[in-house]
Amino acid sequence: MTQEKIMRFILIGFVAILAAGPLYLETYYTELFIHMMVLGIFAMSLDLLIGYTGLVSFGHAAFFGLAGYLLAIVTPETEPTAIWISLPVVLAGCAIAAAVIGWFSVRTSGIYFIMITLAFAQMFFYYFNENNDLGGSDGMFISNKPLVGWGDFQFLDLENTTSLYYLVFAGLLASYFLLRTILNAPFGQVIKGIKANEHRTKALGYNTQNYKLVVFIIAGTMAGFAGFLEAASSGIVSPGNLHWHHSGIVIMLVILGGMGTLYGAVFGAFILTLLQDKYTGMVELMPDFMSGMADHWHLFQGIFIILVVLLVPNGAVSLLAKISQALGKKEDAK
Amino acid sequence: MTKKVSDNSRRQFLGGVAATAGVAAASSFVPTKFAIAGKAPVKVGILLPYSGTYAMLGNSITNAMKMRLEQAGGMLGGRPIKYIGVDSEMSVPKAAPNTKKLIDKEKVDFLVGPVHSGIAAAMAKIVGKRKTPIMIVPNAGSNAVTGPLCAPNIFRCSFSNWQPAFPGGKLMADEGHKTAITISWKYGAGIQMMAAGTESFEANGGKVIKDIQVPFPKVEFQAFLSDIAALKPDAVFAFFSGGGAVKFVKDYAAAGLKENIPLYGPGFLTEGVSAAQGAAAEGIKTTLHYSADLDNAANQKFRTDYTKAYGKGPNVFSVQGFDTASLMLQAAAAVQGDMGATGDVITAMENAVFLDSPRGQWKMSKAHNPIQNIYLRQVQGGKQKLLGIAAEALEDPAKGCKLA
Amino acid sequence: MDFSTFLIQVLNGFQYGFLLFLVASGLTLVFGIMGIINLAHGAFYMLGAYLTYWLIGYTGNLFLAILGGILIMAVLGYLIERLAISYLYDRDHLHQVLLTYGLILIIDDLQKILWGTDFYSVPVPEILAGGIQMTENQEYPIYRLFISVVCMILAAGLYVLINKTKLGMMIRAGASNREMSQALGIDISKIFAIVFSLGVTLAAFSGMIGSPISSVFPGMGSEILIVSFVVVVVGGIGSVKGAFVGAMIIGLADTFGTVLLPEFASVVVYAVMAIVLLWRPQGLFGQT
Repeated sequence: MTQEKIMRFILIGFVAILAAGPLYLETYYTELFIHMMVLGIFAMSLDLLIGYTGLVSFGHAAFFGLAGYLLAIVTPETEPTAIWISLPVVLAGCAIAAAVIGWFSVRTSGIYFIMITLAFAQMFFYYFNENNDLGGSDGMFISNKPLVGWGDFQFLDLENTTSLYYLVFAGLLASYFLLRTILNAPFGQVIKGIKANEHRTKALGYNTQNYKLVVFIIAGTMAGFAGFLEAASSGIVSPGNLHWHHSGIVIMLVILGGMGTLYGAVFGAFILTLLQDKYTGMVELMPDFMSGMADHWHLFQGIFIILVVLLVPNGAVSLLAKISQALGKKEDAK
Repeated sequence: MTKKVSDNSRRQFLGGVAATAGVAAASSFVPTKFAIAGKAPVKVGILLPYSGTYAMLGNSITNAMKMRLEQAGGMLGGRPIKYIGVDSEMSVPKAAPNTKKLIDKEKVDFLVGPVHSGIAAAMAKIVGKRKTPIMIVPNAGSNAVTGPLCAPNIFRCSFSNWQPAFPGGKLMADEGHKTAITISWKYGAGIQMMAAGTESFEANGGKVIKDIQVPFPKVEFQAFLSDIAALKPDAVFAFFSGGGAVKFVKDYAAAGLKENIPLYGPGFLTEGVSAAQGAAAEGIKTTLHYSADLDNAANQKFRTDYTKAYGKGPNVFSVQGFDTASLMLQAAAAVQGDMGATGDVITAMENAVFLDSPRGQWKMSKAHNPIQNIYLRQVQGGKQKLLGIAAEALEDPAKGCKLA
Repeated sequence: MDFSTFLIQVLNGFQYGFLLFLVASGLTLVFGIMGIINLAHGAFYMLGAYLTYWLIGYTGNLFLAILGGILIMAVLGYLIERLAISYLYDRDHLHQVLLTYGLILIIDDLQKILWGTDFYSVPVPEILAGGIQMTENQEYPIYRLFISVVCMILAAGLYVLINKTKLGMMIRAGASNREMSQALGIDISKIFAIVFSLGVTLAAFSGMIGSPISSVFPGMGSEILIVSFVVVVVGGIGSVKGAFVGAMIIGLADTFGTVLLPEFASVVVYAVMAIVLLWRPQGLFGQT
């Protein structure tokens, strides 16, 4: 069996595990999986920028958070808004925002691109953080989940965790295949060319700035899609969704999973969230253990990150690849 | 101690049996429901900040709560206690997942938290929709928690933002000030406190000439101070806490404003930080539901015990943690540890009496918020000095609460 | 706003700018010369403030405490560069960002272990206490003016160090062409270790000198970090002169944004940055 085949098996197995999720997961974990899949979409959209185009955006959370606020704004307190209305509004809003930010940002490169995307995200953050009409730093509630149906007919009840789960699951698959299609198209070849050598791509007659702008808009809109799902499932949006820490964390997901593979970003989201769920934030308060090290989980998180950077720079996918390579060799030997 | 070990070994044994698929054999080891109520621990979930700027508050609350529970033998209604703590990181986006983790995964009986008003609202939204667990707020003052978001299973042992601020406005008017500027961080607690202070100041003949809202958590105040100096109000009414309070009070004094324009505010301005503020805090009058020098036996015992246990004096946050534990003790005792009897638990909590509260006796309002004295304090010699009662048995108006 | 208030606000703006320059100077050096985005810069700033608080308990003197703190931080910076960062020079910017993000988490927790979660303050030294009467009811703290003077001396010192000394020449050579300077026999890895150590020390120094007016509390570094990045980018990455001018612009923008556009106070700073970058994508004094 070749390495590629093994990777494909792993992916199919992963999808199968996800597809059957609600059958074996408790409510808490169903919701955690929803959250992880949403983060996976978010991280994939960033991978398109970082891993394929070579644009390191340090402000990607701006679109994620903006989407939540747009959903909150179009959802009245008393009744739900149909998803056919709210989703296009949210996506259009994020696309416009990405077009504006992108138009400015793609003129720069390298560290300056990192910093200008950060600056724009911070502008959005402070705008929401200081706007009392939009809940200020406490954020806004989305009292009603989007209605999937027409009028009185409800096709999917998103208050039901299982329905929500499959909606997000479908969104994850759709996002993945959409990105795959884009990357396999001639357009995808050009943006990969930009990452490899922008000057050469330019010399071949491509207007690289326009390509970068379009990629930025696609990524921003997809991040908005993730933000929409996050806000719809959690029922709350706050400036924290747009904070630079959040942009930093999603970069970490992409690197941890392995950039330039799309599914690596999803793995990153799963690995980090599960680790966090298990170990972080929990403070052991048993009387005789209070002063113990469990109180200092930030320390371990920091050490973990540094070790990953130093020892596994290409992320979890590179580990998987190595394992499957080893397995493949064994197979060949037989 | 031995009991705990045997409990553990039984669980391991159970696990082993189940793993070998001896399910039928194992079922005979499963204790009956009654036995669970008798022996299994009561789970207390805690969602407080243990890192970042407000970690001091989280620790003060936790310390005093633990101390009170240990004083009562470390049991709730005859059952041992299991604490499950989560660091809130002061993050609103993480509030919902953390709350669900404690409720759905850890299945806690009591949910204690938080410090931050925004997190409180997010938690109350989730908890209020369900019958269990019982949520007890040991700090966050968001008016909404015992207002529009109030619910039978949500209680508060601290204050509503309205409470410590409202008497402060009247105080400024009573001391002869006609005009004032309010200044606070631009977030839930600050806005609500400034609104309450303004309400009573203007009801008593004063006029707020400017409301300055400082972006949270900015601590560079110089431009605002120049603004205040130029507008020359009679008084300034301020809310900051923690590191921001230290810096604001010091900057205010360093700008020479303290001598000309007296500074007032809810007690958080000087609570727990007056030592760090030093001379800059001297003479500042604030209103709060606690004063360290309250002359009652409960407070003296509390201060002695706390100082002995943790090597430093308590503050208002520890008082709130202490009373949170008192409330849990009374609730669990009333049902003899059967936390499943939610209705009885809630009735017991509604009728709870806080005879040993360091802040003086208080009781629950219909909206489940303390009806309590608000004290007038002044910093003298680096310490809080009680000047009197600014408002007696003050009850939050609980606007929008269906229970009230 | 009358004229005297306007003047005072201008002074406030410059004053804030000086504080920002102190923090940003170290950031721009590390950023420009080593190409490293050091997210932990704010954490080092905080560490400086805590060290001052801690050492003043032993020395009783702010200046002695600062001296001790500088020594500790210089060594710490050197060690961090040798033990972690030196492995990342050939890697993508991303990995460096992530590594320094990990450092933030570690330093924040160490601070909690060493000093707890209480809020502290550092007294203003006796000789610099008090203020100068500005208007009938406002004074300007002498210590703040002192910081401005220190900042100007530091700016001059850095200028001389980089432009007039042999070390500075080697640093500039290393920044512009790594291979070439190595071929000329300059030990580039040693230079980088020194620069990083210098950057860390500058961050800590600004926390130290600022501690009497900033108070000392957990998380104090995270706010200042991002604003310092803005300063560095506006001024042009790697340019000390740029950081100085950038700090003044941002200080003034923040002060007047606060006073004139309270609804958009914090947005103004980032808007200024975006405008500058549109006009000059490499910043005011950056090299293309």
